[in-house]
Amino acid sequence: MADPINLIATWLQGLLAGWGLAPEVVNFVMTALGVVVIAIFVLLLDIFLVWLERKTVARFQDRLGPNRLGPYGLFQPIADVIKLLIKEDITPKGADKVVFNIAPILALATVLLLWAVIPFAPNLVGTDVNVGVLYIVAIGAISTLGIIMAGWAANNKYALLGAFRTVAQMVSYEVPMVMILLVPVILAGSMGVNKIVASQSWWYIVMVPVAAIVFLISSIAEIGRAPFDLSEAESEIVAGFHIEYTGMKFGLFYAGELLHALTIGALFATFFLGGWRGPFTDQIPILGVGYLFVKAFFIYWVIMWVKYSLPRLRIDHMLNFNWKFLTPLSITIVILVAILDKLLAGVARPVYAGVMLLANLLVAWAALSIARSRTRHGPARVGEPRPVAVPPKPAGATPKPPVSTTP
Amino acid sequence: MTPLQILFIVVAAATLGAALMVVSVRNLVHAALWLVVALMGIAIFYVLLNAGFLAVAQVVIYIGAIAILMIFTIMLTRRVASESKPQVNPNWGWALAIAVLLFAGLAWILSSWSGFNTQTTALAARADPLRDLGLALVAPDAYVLPFELASVLLLAALIGAIVVAWEKKI
Amino acid sequence: MIPLSWYLIFAAALFCIGLFGVLARKNAIAILMAVELMLNAININLVAFWYYRTAADGIAGQVFAVIVFAVAAAEVAVGLALFISIYRRRNTIAADEIDLLKW
Repeated sequence: MADPINLIATWLQGLLAGWGLAPEVVNFVMTALGVVVIAIFVLLLDIFLVWLERKTVARFQDRLGPNRLGPYGLFQPIADVIKLLIKEDITPKGADKVVFNIAPILALATVLLLWAVIPFAPNLVGTDVNVGVLYIVAIGAISTLGIIMAGWAANNKYALLGAFRTVAQMVSYEVPMVMILLVPVILAGSMGVNKIVASQSWWYIVMVPVAAIVFLISSIAEIGRAPFDLSEAESEIVAGFHIEYTGMKFGLFYAGELLHALTIGALFATFFLGGWRGPFTDQIPILGVGYLFVKAFFIYWVIMWVKYSLPRLRIDHMLNFNWKFLTPLSITIVILVAILDKLLAGVARPVYAGVMLLANLLVAWAALSIARSRTRHGPARVGEPRPVAVPPKPAGATPKPPVSTTP
Repeated sequence: MTPLQILFIVVAAATLGAALMVVSVRNLVHAALWLVVALMGIAIFYVLLNAGFLAVAQVVIYIGAIAILMIFTIMLTRRVASESKPQVNPNWGWALAIAVLLFAGLAWILSSWSGFNTQTTALAARADPLRDLGLALVAPDAYVLPFELASVLLLAALIGAIVVAWEKKI
Repeated sequence: MIPLSWYLIFAAALFCIGLFGVLARKNAIAILMAVELMLNAININLVAFWYYRTAADGIAGQVFAVIVFAVAAAEVAVGLALFISIYRRRNTIAADEIDLLKW
């Protein structure tokens, strides 16, 4: 009872070879089947996420959430899906039909593509490229393209403005995210995601907590979730780039955003929380899937917690925060980790972890004190008020005539 | 026809078709999107040529940065009336003739070269192009000087682009 | 398997399509897109020659291709900044209308 997935895979392979297919075709069919299985699993999880999101936001806002359909409202997402499917599918006049229809598909597809490199269990991974980390960055870059297609194709000024802002935000926050992704690569000595998980005998969040926090913040900004959701806020820019989308196309954007948040949770778990590592994974490898998803859902809960507790950031605050705080911090962290990794090359694990942790805390303290010394307390003064009327001087002096502003 | 050859032909046809659409469609944003398709095809070729890092770098640099920059610039410099006039120069016939002649000339010269039909040799079993590339880019007796010069070039381009596109006079 | 000739012919075709785009298009950004096609064709050529001829001797082909990436990115950035600057002053981006330096 070691590894049910591998047993099924070898049985299927034997079956296909027994039918007389060439080995390359068998490989191709097995790979295609793996792709379909992962995609279906992740999409079914996405439906569950809708329920989870609505229940959690309700609890944060001191109410119950959906509780009518099924036990604890578990069938509510199915009703949501049916509602979205039967809504009228409006294409605005003057919109670019092909681009308009492809954009939501691209937005969801790029999230699904990320699941190809996440290792679920010791030898259960979609594909084991040795540039897995860079692949994740590349997919993030393609998702930016989907958003700008959506904003432009709708033939709507607000959509275009929202798309510009979203793309500016996403491209800006890619910079610290990519640099922080170098930290697990340096610590593990390889860009392959499998090797990064395999070398986390000590979880990396213990060694480089500042890098983990910066990765979390920049990922939340990458996916456009609060408090960085200025580009799709109803009260600011009338829902931004997906304003003209109705029915299931909007559903794809919405579900894609939730799934992207869970994917960020899974990526954080893989890079910093040890992925599928946990007790008893040597004997029962399939437990790794459970551990990974427990960690991923925990980070997803943290992301939701951040979303429903913090107010929205303004666009210039967002970009200032990125370029003036996160980017220098991430450059410092990467340089520090690289230097320390070379200096401590042969040292025992606990000493290595301890020195890294100390260096991280030092950098965090330095960054926060620099940031604190440069904050302004109170609102900025934009000018001095001009006096409308000057009170009369006390006895002895001639009273000045009142200086009146023009009406 | 091995599956690899079929894959090559399909991807090559898609890339060349996308490239033809890039140079001939009227709507510039569509041309930019066809360029994205062509760049994806090139990334697939890098994978076939066992240069996986270059494939992913192609997606990140070209599609994730350059194509998006071009789409932004197209959207910022649009004149709606200009999309009904022809998008090619009056002397596009000469351009077509030159392109076809050049292609024929290149094909003829290459086909008379002795190494034209080289088949693949399997890479050594422990070859790791990613590791070799990383070492070559920073080793003092390898290519660290071009690498550093490229980073200086990128810094100069970064500063130059900001200065050129600055709105106020400096 | 796939002989080297297929890659070389493909790269030559892509290069010639890019050349046609550079010579025949009016809009400056379209010309830049065609230049990108030409640069990609060159990169395919470099990596194909590396893989088929010198893969056992080192990684020089891929290094060359990486440097070409960097140069292409730098050129696109500066070029697009220039186009935006020109558009602000002349309100046009068509290459045959930017002819102040012609005599």
